[in-house]
Amino acid sequence: MAVAGSAVGLGNFLRFPGLAAQYGGGAFMIAYAISFLIIGLPIGWAEWAMGRHAGLRGYNSCPGAFATILQRPWAKYVGIIGVIVPVIIYTYYVYIESWCLGYAVKYWTGGMDLASSGGAGAFFEKFTGQGGDGAALTSSAAFPWLVAVFAFNFWLIYRGISAGIEKMCNLGMPLLILLALLVLARVLTLGTPDTARPHDNVMNGLGYLWNPTKVMLVKDAGEGKTEVVRELVGNAAVEEGTAEAAKSGGALKVEQRGVMTQLRNPRLWLAAAAQIFFSLSVGFGVIVVYASYMKKDDDVVLSGLTASSANEFCEVGLGGLITVPAAVAFLGVASVAGQGTFGLGFVVLPQVFEKMPLGAFFGGAFFLMLALAAVTSSISMLQPGIAFVEEAMGVGRKTSVAILGFITACGTGLVMYFTKGLKALDTLDFWVGTMLIFILATIQIIMFGWKWGIAKGMAEANRGATIQIPAIFGPIMKWLCPMFLLTIFAMTVLQDVFGFSLTDFTPGNPSGYVTDLLGGAKEPNHIARISIAFVLLVAGLFALLCARSPALARAEKGLDNHKPGSNS
Amino acid sequence: MTTAGTLIMLFSVGTVTILFGWCIRKVMTTPAASEHVHAVELDTPDMHQEDIKA
Repeated sequence: MAVAGSAVGLGNFLRFPGLAAQYGGGAFMIAYAISFLIIGLPIGWAEWAMGRHAGLRGYNSCPGAFATILQRPWAKYVGIIGVIVPVIIYTYYVYIESWCLGYAVKYWTGGMDLASSGGAGAFFEKFTGQGGDGAALTSSAAFPWLVAVFAFNFWLIYRGISAGIEKMCNLGMPLLILLALLVLARVLTLGTPDTARPHDNVMNGLGYLWNPTKVMLVKDAGEGKTEVVRELVGNAAVEEGTAEAAKSGGALKVEQRGVMTQLRNPRLWLAAAAQIFFSLSVGFGVIVVYASYMKKDDDVVLSGLTASSANEFCEVGLGGLITVPAAVAFLGVASVAGQGTFGLGFVVLPQVFEKMPLGAFFGGAFFLMLALAAVTSSISMLQPGIAFVEEAMGVGRKTSVAILGFITACGTGLVMYFTKGLKALDTLDFWVGTMLIFILATIQIIMFGWKWGIAKGMAEANRGATIQIPAIFGPIMKWLCPMFLLTIFAMTVLQDVFGFSLTDFTPGNPSGYVTDLLGGAKEPNHIARISIAFVLLVAGLFALLCARSPALARAEKGLDNHKPGSNS
Repeated sequence: MTTAGTLIMLFSVGTVTILFGWCIRKVMTTPAASEHVHAVELDTPDMHQEDIKA
C-alpha cells in the first residue's frame, strides 16, 4: 500500500502524458523503456544501497553519505548537490501543487468559468500570473492556494504528523488507482464522442501515442527543410492528407517518419531519460535519505523494484492511456500535438472536462488527486534538506524545519513573484531540475560502480534481499549506465547550452538559458540571474554548514555518527 | 492505430502490469516483507527525537 501510494505523482499524470504528446509515437516509448532499464532501475538500486550503508553509520544526509563512502574532504561538498536539487525543485513544485489545488476547488465550487475567461489557455495564464511579474499575487490567481499548500506542507512536517498524511495516502492512493482504472475503462470505451468529427476517436488517440511510424503532412520550408502542417493519425486522416497534398501542386506532401528517424533526435532521448529521473525520483537525493533510515537487513532490491514497477504501472498503464486518448477523442490530434506538460494538464484537459458529462466533478476529482499526490511528493523533497540541517548543525527536527521553511519560502516567493512567462520556474527547472539531476545521478552511479566496485556494491545491495539483482546489471551499472548518462549529458550541454544542432551537426548560438545569464546575442535576463544567484546563495550557505559540521568531519574520516535511538 | 502501435502498446502496458503484479505477489508472499520492504515513507525516525546537540 505504501509503495503504491508513494508511486503516484504529478510526473505520472501530467509530465509523462505531456512528453508523450510532445514527442508522440512508439519511438518515445522505446527510448523511455531503454532509459528505465539502463538508468532508472540501476541508479535506483545504487541509491537505496548507498543510503542504507550511510544510515547504518549514522548519516542520513546526502553530504554525510558521500563523505562516509568516499572519505575525502571534498566529498561532502559534492554531496550538497543532493540537498540543493530537492530543495530548489520544491520551491517551484509547490507552486504547481497550488495550481492543482486551485483547479480542484474551482471545479467543485463553479469557479472554472473558461468561457468568460477567454478560454482554457487564457484562464491558465491569468491563474498562474504569466501576464507579468507579480500578477499571481492576487486573490483570483494562484497566490492564496500557494500560501495554503505551503503552510499545509510545513505544518505537517513541523508537527511531525506526516505519518497521518502518509496513512491517508496509503489508503487513498490505491483507491485513486482503482478510480483511475475505472476512468481508464470509461476512456477506452468512449469511441467517437462527436460523430460529426469521426477522426476524433479513442483509437486515433491510442494510435497517436503508440504508433511507431508517424505520418505527417508537411510543406517546404526552404533550404531543403520541411515544416510540419499536421500529424495524420488513422486511415481516413491519411487518405484526406494524401488527397490534400495531391491537390496542392507540390506545395504539400505526406511524409513518413520511421522509428529510426525519430530515435536519431537527441531531444527525444533527453526527454525520456529526464522523465525516468523525475518520475522515479532518481538523482534527486531523495532515495539516499529515505534509504538511510532502513535497517541492516531490510530489502533494498525488492523495495527499489516494487517502487519502480508501481510507478511505471501508474505512468504507462494509467497516466499515458487516459490523458492523451481522452484529449484526442474530444478535441482532436491537433489540440494535443506539441503540447507540453503544463499545456496538456492545465489547458487541454480542462477543455476535455468541459465537454465531458459530469465534467466539473471529474475535473475536480482529477486535480484533487494530483494535489494529494503532490503533497506526499513535496514532503519527501523536504526531507533531504531537513536531514542535512539536522546533521550539519546538530539540531533537532523542529529547528531544522524552521530553517528550511525560511529558505524555501524565499525561493518559492521568488518563483511566485517572477511569473512573467514563468521565467524563474523555467530557469530553475532547466539548471537544477535537469542539469544538476544528470550530474548527481552520474556521480552516484560512478561512486557505486567504481568507488565501491561492482562486487562490493552488489553484495551491499543484495544483503537481506528476497531477490538478487540479476548479474547482467553488473556491467550495466559499471559501464553502460555511466556512458549512457555522460552521452546524454554531453548532448544536453551541446544542444541546450551551446546551441549545437545534433540533427544536422551544425554549430549555433548558445541557447536562451545561457544568454539569459551571460548575455551575448541578447541582453541578459535579470530574473534568470536572480534565480541562479539564489541557488548559488543556498549552495554557499550549505557549504558553510558542511565546513563547520563536526558530524560531517567524522564522516570523511570514516568514523560513525551514531545517535541514541538510531537504526543501527 | 496501426498493428505495430497495438503491439508496442500491449507489450509496454503488459510488461509494466506483469512486473508490478509480480512485485506485489512477491511482497505479499514473502515472510515479514512488511518489515523489510519500504517505500519513501514520510514518517521518519527523526520526527520522534527531541532537539539535540551533536
